[in-house]
Amino acid sequence: MDLRVPEQEKAFREEVRTFLEESLTPEIREAGKMVTSVFAPVKEAMAWQKILNDKGWAAPHWPKEHGGTGWSVTQRAIFAEELVRAETPPLVPMGLHMCGPCLIGCGTEEQQKEYLPKILNGEHFWCQGYSEPGSGSDLASLKTFAEKDGDDYIINGTKIWTTYAHYAKKMFALVRTNKDGKPQQGITFLLLDMDLPGISIEPIVGLDEVTEQCQVFFDNVRVPQSNRVGAENDGWTVAKYLLTFERGGQEYAPGLNVQLEKIRLMAEKQQTVHGPMSKDPVWQHKFASVEADVLALEFTEMRIKSALSSGKDPGALSSMTKILGTELLQKVTELRIETLGAQAAIWQPQALVPGNEQPVIGPEYAVTAMPHYLNSRACSIYGGSNEVQRGIIAKAVLGL
Amino acid sequence: MNFQLSEEQQMLADSAKRFVRDNHDVEKHRQNKKLMPLDEATWGQFAELGWLAVPFAEEHGGLGMGPLETMVLLQELGEGLIMAPYIATVVLGGGFLRHGSEAQQAETIPSLLEGGLQLAFAAEEYERVFTLENTAMKGEVQGGDVVLNGTKACVLNGDHADQLIVLARTAGQPGDKDGLSLFLVDANAEGVERTPHRTVDGRQGAEIRFSNVKVAEAARIGELNQAYDIAKSVLLEGLLALSAECTGSLTVLLNDTVEYSKTRKQFGLPIGKFQALQFRMADMFIAMEQTKSLLMAATMKLVEGHDDAAKAVHAMKAQLGRAGRKIGQEAIQIHGGMGMTDELNVGHFVKRLSAVDGVFGNADVHLMEIARSA
Repeated sequence: MDLRVPEQEKAFREEVRTFLEESLTPEIREAGKMVTSVFAPVKEAMAWQKILNDKGWAAPHWPKEHGGTGWSVTQRAIFAEELVRAETPPLVPMGLHMCGPCLIGCGTEEQQKEYLPKILNGEHFWCQGYSEPGSGSDLASLKTFAEKDGDDYIINGTKIWTTYAHYAKKMFALVRTNKDGKPQQGITFLLLDMDLPGISIEPIVGLDEVTEQCQVFFDNVRVPQSNRVGAENDGWTVAKYLLTFERGGQEYAPGLNVQLEKIRLMAEKQQTVHGPMSKDPVWQHKFASVEADVLALEFTEMRIKSALSSGKDPGALSSMTKILGTELLQKVTELRIETLGAQAAIWQPQALVPGNEQPVIGPEYAVTAMPHYLNSRACSIYGGSNEVQRGIIAKAVLGL
Repeated sequence: MNFQLSEEQQMLADSAKRFVRDNHDVEKHRQNKKLMPLDEATWGQFAELGWLAVPFAEEHGGLGMGPLETMVLLQELGEGLIMAPYIATVVLGGGFLRHGSEAQQAETIPSLLEGGLQLAFAAEEYERVFTLENTAMKGEVQGGDVVLNGTKACVLNGDHADQLIVLARTAGQPGDKDGLSLFLVDANAEGVERTPHRTVDGRQGAEIRFSNVKVAEAARIGELNQAYDIAKSVLLEGLLALSAECTGSLTVLLNDTVEYSKTRKQFGLPIGKFQALQFRMADMFIAMEQTKSLLMAATMKLVEGHDDAAKAVHAMKAQLGRAGRKIGQEAIQIHGGMGMTDELNVGHFVKRLSAVDGVFGNADVHLMEIARSA
């Protein structure tokens, strides 16, 4: 056991850094610094994706034959870390990280040829139609119904928490095709165009006053059966394939470390009666407590990577990193508003819009703090709530 | 010992309850996506109902009541998230005017009681953790006058205010309790430049810059360099008022969450039937009750002049920050996606609590004040 970094990994990291240095435009950098959500402003995120795609680096996790890079697990991790360190805007995940992998695993050759290149180059902007008003944590209870009619399905129902549906060209959706038997067994995975007659979109304003989410309504929407991925009533398997594709899940520690460093710098600027806050033992104690948790998570994530590299399946451990990563992110955003005090209460969302020329009121570093704190409350709700994730650990790992 | 409301206090509570019932709705809050002018109509109603007169002495036309009545009133208003700048103008502003000269009082109180005067306490500064003695903004003594230079930050009601109560350092260094002075400054005086901004809770504040603003001796509140005690006593009342209002908000968050958990079904059951959530809602309830207890303790100790009154108020503000965080976060989590929207009550109350924790020192600051006051 050791932590030495092989020379070729160092060289790879240098290569990535040089590329980022040369190819990030000022607009993309600016947007990256102002991100207060896992979803970056669309225009800048897509511009960044285009640059990465031109280099062949838009989807390193995909198999090489479909446009991936063929990198090792470690190289992919280095790449992800460097993107986070350079504060690039996160790429919009619905195509690259959700729909793409499902098509790679379960799509027909025709579907792969049609959709994968357009996911990579950004021509198709995808949204995910999973959750419904009555089906959140209990996703398998979803009711949006697709009835067979000739060569088509006719869809009726509604989807909610559909991120960026108002920008999307395409949706991948889970719909019910059979009302009998186990709920998981009557679900079908469908691809559809967002401009079809009968689809209407209602944007939802969030706590941070940003419209990320939407509700989508289907009123007799006709979709050809050839848009189905996998077999009819077998959509649950297609959706679950995603979990095995990106085993180990997202890495949180690199981003958390970037945030912590920023908070440390903020604390140096805040004056207490005894000097800077960064020297105040109470603040130091709080900061150190989060720092220790992040260090532990960093190594938990490295253990998972190491298992993956040697071909082992980390299984339900991705539930653990989802819980730790999201809750530590929430803790970090909380630490930041607590470091800033009343300055964090100044509300100027217009200053977060890329390209705005609004003068900032108060310290510039405080602008993202409250919106990020509020937005990050969603992290423990989406992608399988943290209650659901704890349930998975209890059942699958502990055998309870 | 008697924890019952008097008849008079009960009437005040009842009238506030009715007001909230008739005037509160989330829709109003959702409109607050931009800087709003003062809601004159609501403020006029406050004046008519006699609420602006609560803490003023009868000889000034007030009702001669105090922090207990303010607590009763604001707890009720807090349940409706009423946005009127009552704390800035009546509790803090009015509190300072009680320490003002007769001339200052004659000039301001009658108009305040009629609803025609807005006040704001300009105390916070950028990149300075708030405590009164940490004030750095300079007031330079020139003969009988003082010249103010510097910036005050996050001044609640700062843009609506006609008069500002400005805390400045006229001697000594940040950290010294000596050397602080208070001034009543016309908000439109030459050299006062205000940049209004919204606050996260949909209210408004302002950054206020002072450039060579000359203030005459007659505008001072209290003695030169000796304003700490006045500022501290008024601040304690302000902290209690904020805490009372937010205790009302905690009640709504808990009730809404419990109700939601009874109607929202997943896996074939109302989610409130899951023990994992029941325990967390029980903890929310406990945190709320502890907050109510500290609110009563701090308010009664302050009114009766107990030695440990200040300590109790600091404990209250710390508890408010911590309970607000816990109850607010759990309320969102248990509401799921709906809790993240602008549509329900939940988000608006959470944002109010998040703003209030940061104002006039957050939980960490007040825990430290408890340690120092022991």
